[in-house]
Amino acid sequence: MTNVIQEIENAEVARVTQGKEIPSFKAGDNVKVHVKVVEGTNERIQIFEGVVIARRNAGLNSSFTVRKLSSGEGVERVFPLYSPRLDKIEVVRYGKVRRAKLYYLRGRTGKAARITEEKMGRREKQLGINK
Amino acid sequence: MRTGLIAKKLGMSRLFNETGQHVPVTVLQIDNLQVVNIKTVATDGYNAVQLGAGNKKVKHTTAPMRGVFAKSKIEPKSKLVEFRVAEENLLSVGDELSSSHFVKGQKVDVVGISIGKGFAGAMKRHNFGGLRASHGVSISHRSHGSTGQCQDPGKVFKGKKMAGHMGAHRTTVQNLEVVSIDEERGLVFVKGAVPGFASSWVQIKDAVKLNAIPEGAPLPAGLKIANSNDTSDEKPVEEIEAKTQESTESSANVDSENKE
Repeated sequence: MTNVIQEIENAEVARVTQGKEIPSFKAGDNVKVHVKVVEGTNERIQIFEGVVIARRNAGLNSSFTVRKLSSGEGVERVFPLYSPRLDKIEVVRYGKVRRAKLYYLRGRTGKAARITEEKMGRREKQLGINK
Repeated sequence: MRTGLIAKKLGMSRLFNETGQHVPVTVLQIDNLQVVNIKTVATDGYNAVQLGAGNKKVKHTTAPMRGVFAKSKIEPKSKLVEFRVAEENLLSVGDELSSSHFVKGQKVDVVGISIGKGFAGAMKRHNFGGLRASHGVSISHRSHGSTGQCQDPGKVFKGKKMAGHMGAHRTTVQNLEVVSIDEERGLVFVKGAVPGFASSWVQIKDAVKLNAIPEGAPLPAGLKIANSNDTSDEKPVEEIEAKTQESTESSANVDSENKE
């Protein structure tokens, strides 16, 4: 018996991502997440920009955590990757890191929290895009 | 009152609705669900339908049950459940039910056997607080405390909450919303959790608290269409006969007796 739940989740991923492109990104990358926010009756788009410190790959249940400094205070937000409330995800900068979860950034600020940028072209080559 | 359905719990997932919010759903599958028998006021004193779901090999079916299935001319089912129905909603033997029995947005009650937890302590079973971590408590940090008074009454009252077997009992969850229906695959998506482990059998019924047949729901029940009765009725009988003849003589005798 095929796994019906898996089928349903794959179909849901396909439905949600229809006409939408989710770029490839991983921990260490800086992203701009365009979130649809409802204020009263009208809807607008809010941008949350920061560094991806974790990404959970689990089909429909995939999510990623973005951390930024907001007026000196660290703010983390977890987004479901396939949420229809995410209008767009933009990758601003590819970071070069050696682990999958960057929770160590939580205790650091300023110079200590830097992430070196990945050499131009390397990730693009991996992803097969010309930038 | 309409009949309920027997379904197999496949597991949980999430769906995104129109507003983009995610809805946790339990996926229930209607698998090969047929009416095995009907009970009427005239013969049994009440109206009910007996439904059977799933498949069971003839060799795994007991001789008395083979008789039951042979009488209804239906292939053996792995799960049988009886549902009380109103007289006008009685079905006929052999009718095949589908997930279109329920409509999107309606409320249902789901009955299942909860996951067995074994012998559980008072903390897990009754949400007791346990004893302190320090201040002289030794060895009994997760115990219940006192179980009563002293010489008067001189006994522990009946029904005192204590450690014991937990789970694996019949549980009903009321008023769960039907998020969507997949008739092709025979699926019902119910919002929220449902008792039982994945692959266990559950019963889905119209919510009793609302005390009404939901709007737009098929009456007497959501039957599978494009299944002409002639073929679906005859084929299983032949198979049962063939299979029983292959198996032991004694069981074949039981079958033939029932047919007479």
